[in-house]
Amino acid sequence: MNRLEVLKTYKIYIGGQFPRTESGRYYTIKDKKGNPIANICLSSRKDVRNAVVAARKAFGSWSERSAFNRGQIIYRIAEMLEGRKEQFIEELVKQGASQKSAIQEVNLAIDRIVYYAGWADKYQQVASSINPVSSSHFNFSVLEPMGVLGLVAPQNSSLIGLVSCIIPAITGGNTIVVIASQNHPLCSVTFAEVLNSSDVPGGVVNILTGNPHETAPILASHMDVNALVADDQDLLHLKSEAVENLKRIVPLNSNWMQKESQGLWFVTETQEIKTTWHPIENIGGASSSY
Amino acid sequence: MKKSHQDSSSLWNYSPAPESKSHISLKEKYGLYINGKWEKPISGKYFDSINPATEEILAQIAQANDKDVDKAVRAARFAYDSVWSKLSGSERAKYIYRIARLMQERARELAVIETLDGGKPIRESRDIDVPLACNHFFYYAGWADKLEYAFPTRKVESLGVAGQIIPWNFPLLMAAWKIAPALAAGNTVVLKPAETTSLTALKLAEIIHDAGLPPGVVNIVTGFGDTGAAIVNHPDVNKIAFTGSTAVGKLIQKAIATTSKKATLELGGKSANIIFEDAPIDQAVEGIVNGIFFNQGHVCCAGSRLFVQESIAEKVIKKLKQRIETLYVGDPLDKNTDIGAINSKEQLQTIEKYIQIGLNEGAEIYQPQCTLPKKGFFYPPTLFSNVAQSNRIVQEEIFGPVLTIQTFRTIDEVIQKANNTPYGLAAGVWTDKGSRIFNLTTKLKAGVVWANTYNKFDPTSPFGGFKESGFGREGGLHGLSAYVKLS
Repeated sequence: MNRLEVLKTYKIYIGGQFPRTESGRYYTIKDKKGNPIANICLSSRKDVRNAVVAARKAFGSWSERSAFNRGQIIYRIAEMLEGRKEQFIEELVKQGASQKSAIQEVNLAIDRIVYYAGWADKYQQVASSINPVSSSHFNFSVLEPMGVLGLVAPQNSSLIGLVSCIIPAITGGNTIVVIASQNHPLCSVTFAEVLNSSDVPGGVVNILTGNPHETAPILASHMDVNALVADDQDLLHLKSEAVENLKRIVPLNSNWMQKESQGLWFVTETQEIKTTWHPIENIGGASSSY
Repeated sequence: MKKSHQDSSSLWNYSPAPESKSHISLKEKYGLYINGKWEKPISGKYFDSINPATEEILAQIAQANDKDVDKAVRAARFAYDSVWSKLSGSERAKYIYRIARLMQERARELAVIETLDGGKPIRESRDIDVPLACNHFFYYAGWADKLEYAFPTRKVESLGVAGQIIPWNFPLLMAAWKIAPALAAGNTVVLKPAETTSLTALKLAEIIHDAGLPPGVVNIVTGFGDTGAAIVNHPDVNKIAFTGSTAVGKLIQKAIATTSKKATLELGGKSANIIFEDAPIDQAVEGIVNGIFFNQGHVCCAGSRLFVQESIAEKVIKKLKQRIETLYVGDPLDKNTDIGAINSKEQLQTIEKYIQIGLNEGAEIYQPQCTLPKKGFFYPPTLFSNVAQSNRIVQEEIFGPVLTIQTFRTIDEVIQKANNTPYGLAAGVWTDKGSRIFNLTTKLKAGVVWANTYNKFDPTSPFGGFKESGFGREGGLHGLSAYVKLS
């Protein structure tokens, strides 16, 4: 006798919890043949707001963690993803990918996470500076996370686009509210489960499924979101929404399946530069020539 | 506005020591500097640039309309395509070095004109504005042939035509902050100075001309807000760099939202200057004075919100009051002057409006007794105490010599209060304790933190804000990224 499969309920991810959308709405995604794959939460304005609250709450302690600790947690994400590889491959295939490209995508996603785990305690060294000012001051510039980011995830990809945008942002100490791919949402929800089991504190990453045309403008105009990350096309429609609190606009365009679509720059794009000055005592007398 | 303190200015009488105006040359009328030539404005309209200290007319300035701006942008585009983008970095560098050198040679003239046109004390224009402006060109010149070191592993390209709009508080310095990195990175420029302070930008055009820059690489168009809007909205401008108010910054951001124009905005501030009980009090008092009264308080990063730890508040405020009694308010050309003229009548009215708001909010005002010149626009240094975090004079940028004073007990409290503003440009911290400095500098949401100092600037030091104080940085390596396309 064939065993009856237990189907998965796809929910959204806010503050480390997996609620259904408060709106109770859903949409159905289908495979190539038109058979329904799953019902997906159609997130609402309230869900976006709840997610921003969760992300703001998580920001303080996440950004203040040691770089080493963030690196370890990011690496842990890769470990968890590796362990659940099959599930992601299966989901990618369900959503239309070939077996071969699905395997490739999942492997690349895992490797990319490991790559950024290594950046966590290095980007600051590479990108900060000591500035040789003319006056008797010690002056240095360091990077600080922008804060709460809103991300409209690449819409044509289920896993690799999502991972390539989320991971560098949280590596740099930001927290993030993600609007997942509308048509390829499965991996985003499963990836939330990976995050949830990877010591990533609740609220650092929040993932909402649904219709970006509905939710992205809400995220873009939210006064407690510091930066908006999306590709150029999406930004064209969203930038005017982001003006009121002068959100940073971070365009991220790439062919995420390319090995080169990663780098220091994806971390520093969502960082502020802070410059500190302090006087250096300068009392005449002994010089340092010897 | 009653004086409650003995007038000690009488104890500090200096003989007048005005800087001579004899060596400067000003034309009666200035055209637009477009494509290496001085052009008449198409509308034929000119406006007066006055000396805010005397209300005398200094020169007539051309008023550019959208057709003039179009001409300037076309010139910049042509220069970009035909010459500037084809030059090697090392050749660009040499042009920019030339500008720096010529400015140094004419530094005294530039300083006097800056003070005449804008009202700032000659000591500041001579010792701060002009040298910093020269040094900015000198610094960025050297980057022009080293861009690959600024952005390793990336392909670096210039953007094209940069439209730049600058404010009236540091006219020449802001022109340098904008033009130098733009040219170093290989862009051409259309720059609009503020309507009350066009003169040093026009003198800079003369210098750029003398330096032999190819025509159209730098174009200077003068005028009012509509001239700026014409630059912002011109379809062939690739980048907008703006320094000015947050309100206008938002308008610009909105105007270019549906375009691919890149922007950097350096906007307003309401920066906290925090004095802990273990601070060196006399130095801190100097820092407070420099923080808020530098350039009449017309400073986006002015330390306009003072926070003093409760245990020393009485002492600090007493010393501060004594100190401002000795500040000289008057002739900007006089080398003794500490506080010069308010830049314009409009700005004086804005300051007076906020003083009234403060009084209506129940704040306690303190102003030293000082005789203000009969003519011109002047305002005495002003302290407001007994203010609440929610008061408008605490929340809104006044852009004048007006300081609000609040007290605090704990570090957590002062961090919260300091960060409780939509702005995030700068902050000051005064304490003898190193660990406390690093605690504060980490937690304050501001782009520049001055610890045991205030209002220091340098070409190598990135400047710019968090939150609604704008985005992007000017100065240093990080200032280059505003003018390049990376791939």
